[in-house]
Amino acid sequence: MEEFIGAWLSANGAARDRLLPLLHAIQEEAGYIDDALVPVIAKALNLSRADVHGVITFYHDFRRRAPGRHVVKLCRAESCQARGAAALEVQAQDRLGVAMGETRADGQVALEPVYCLGLCAIGPNALVDGRPVARIDGAVLEQIAVEVAA
Amino acid sequence: MTRVFISRDMASAALGADDVARAFAEAGCEVVRTGSRGLFSIEPLVEVETEQGRIGFGPIAPRDVAAVLVGSHAQRLGRVEELPFFAGQQRFTFARCGIIDPLSLADYAAHAGWQGLEKARGLSPQAVVDAVKASGLRGRGGAGFPTGIKWQTVLEAASSTKFIVCNADEGDSGTFADRMLMEGDPYCLIEGMAIAAHAVGAGHGYIYIRSEYPYAIKTMRAAIDASAHLIAPFTLEVREGAGAYVCGEETALLDSIEGKRGQVRAKPPLPALQGLFGEPTVINNVLSLAAVPFILAEGANAYAAVGFGRSRGTMPVQLAGNVRHGGLYEIGFGITLGELVNEIGGGTASGRPVRAVQVGGPLGAYFPPSMFHLPFDYEAFAQAGGLIGHAGITVFDDSVDMAHMARFAMEFCAAESCGKCTPCRIGSTRGVEIMDRIIGARDAAPVTVSEANGGYLGKALYSRSPDRIDVSIEAQTSLLRDLADTMKYGSLCALGGFTPYPVLSALDYFPEDFGAAAPAKEAAE
Ligand SMILES: Cc1cc2nc3c(=O)[nH]c(=O)nc-3n(C[C@H](O)[C@H](O)[C@H](O)COP(=O)(O)O)c2cc1C
Repeated sequence: MEEFIGAWLSANGAARDRLLPLLHAIQEEAGYIDDALVPVIAKALNLSRADVHGVITFYHDFRRRAPGRHVVKLCRAESCQARGAAALEVQAQDRLGVAMGETRADGQVALEPVYCLGLCAIGPNALVDGRPVARIDGAVLEQIAVEVAA
Repeated sequence: MTRVFISRDMASAALGADDVARAFAEAGCEVVRTGSRGLFSIEPLVEVETEQGRIGFGPIAPRDVAAVLVGSHAQRLGRVEELPFFAGQQRFTFARCGIIDPLSLADYAAHAGWQGLEKARGLSPQAVVDAVKASGLRGRGGAGFPTGIKWQTVLEAASSTKFIVCNADEGDSGTFADRMLMEGDPYCLIEGMAIAAHAVGAGHGYIYIRSEYPYAIKTMRAAIDASAHLIAPFTLEVREGAGAYVCGEETALLDSIEGKRGQVRAKPPLPALQGLFGEPTVINNVLSLAAVPFILAEGANAYAAVGFGRSRGTMPVQLAGNVRHGGLYEIGFGITLGELVNEIGGGTASGRPVRAVQVGGPLGAYFPPSMFHLPFDYEAFAQAGGLIGHAGITVFDDSVDMAHMARFAMEFCAAESCGKCTPCRIGSTRGVEIMDRIIGARDAAPVTVSEANGGYLGKALYSRSPDRIDVSIEAQTSLLRDLADTMKYGSLCALGGFTPYPVLSALDYFPEDFGAAAPAKEAAE
């Protein structure tokens, strides 16, 4: 990843305001941002390690551990709740065998909370490996479970 | 070859529009992917070009292709703009959304695109600011601050470097207008930003889009690339958020662009004077900026002619949650909450009675149907103890537990607090604990007040030993009000400051869910 970071910074510049785009790029490349990269990033951008660590941990998107092979982001916000999201969340944890906010022990699937996808009239909604899925009921959940088992 | 129009909006895709589009392409049709028209109960929507105009069919599945193409499908809707949901709207900002190919410069120009920018370029910066002032446009991000006055401050600020920042963080549940516009008519936002740049003398702009909107990010980036030559020397770039709600707060957003934790800055200094990288900065919501091309092209008076009181122009209202006809309804201010929810939205999707609506996102108040006479207007909602915010209306049926929603408001604030000020950071966590006690006491077997307060020392509202806390509903409710007061007046920004709105409105309008006696039913109901 050191080479990736070096190449990214020489293509995009090494100013401080490049930190978030860089973190996004690293996560897209590796799936997460390893703690071991913090000193590398800090040195490249001339920031303290505490500063970089602080930014990574502030934003919900950034992961410090490898995610599951599949990621289901289930919306927990009010409009989805109004359409049964709380009950669906219980069902989803049960069916996928993983608690909200966790990755299953076998690494196959992670269930992550998301607060609004902007699909608020057709919930409950989720992003399944980045693909938006709406009006999730028991049957749709079953399709998702089959999809992420692969 | 038959031409059909199918939305590529993220909501349409979530409902299966991509499969439908593929099926029509395989059947030999020319498929034009548009933005969404904004009524989700008819999506996936297919519009077929005919001599009588574009005839809509929806919702449509891939197996329906043949029936649609011969025109015999049961879900034939006729001309979409003649459906009651659309016929009643005043689409100033969303005039093109759902109609054009979002990335086609030819379509944009053919539908009156760039006319506002052309007008603006023929005017002095001050004349452009004056037009925006005269239109009465107020910030659509939530606070409703007059856009023209903000621009005036930046115009007068002495600096050779100024920025235009578009707030596309749209974190409020129940809102999706920014997303729909960026996906369905991105050049409209770009044109609005270019006009703002001309008005204040800015050279570069940022569009800060939340990461939960991957479609909007992609469309905006493509649109910026395609239109760069038309807005030059002004330049634009997209910055992607990273899942922090508080980054919608303008100063936190600026810190986030600068590569820092998204923490709220104390004001003053105003961003208009010392904003991004310390330079004078216009920061406006997507809808504020996207309203500007119309104002310049059609004239400030055309915009100001509709509206209500000091709320001028149109508002793209978003009907969300448990609502039958959810979607985007752009209309002049003044329409009542009840008309929006019951007549346009058609009540709940579940068919059960409407019990509550939350207006203005997670920081907005919950209102019962007895408040449905409220006109959609900044001042009317403020007076009623709420806000219109970004104009999202989330509908709940009678299965909702309002104590649970109050707890959620506190939980959300705790999860999203930037941590800079104590009332928000700590207060929200204490708020969750109080709500847990209230819900616990409500759901437990009833005990008398004297029993709950037992022990010869009596029990306290605050204590280091949990078994000495008075957990009666009365005591905890008064503690909740006290806490809400501290958060409201002591927080640095509206995250901590407005979380009391959903909490206290739930408590005041739905006390029975908090274990108190139900309020006497109003005779009128
Ligand atoms: C916690 C919090 C979240 C906010 N989120 C947004 C948002 O997502 N989008 C937005 O435009 N304004 C948001 N605002 C309001 C902005 O601070 C600011 O008022 C707005 O960007 C100004 O633009 P306008 O005048 O065009 O509305 C938020 C405010 C707070 C306190």
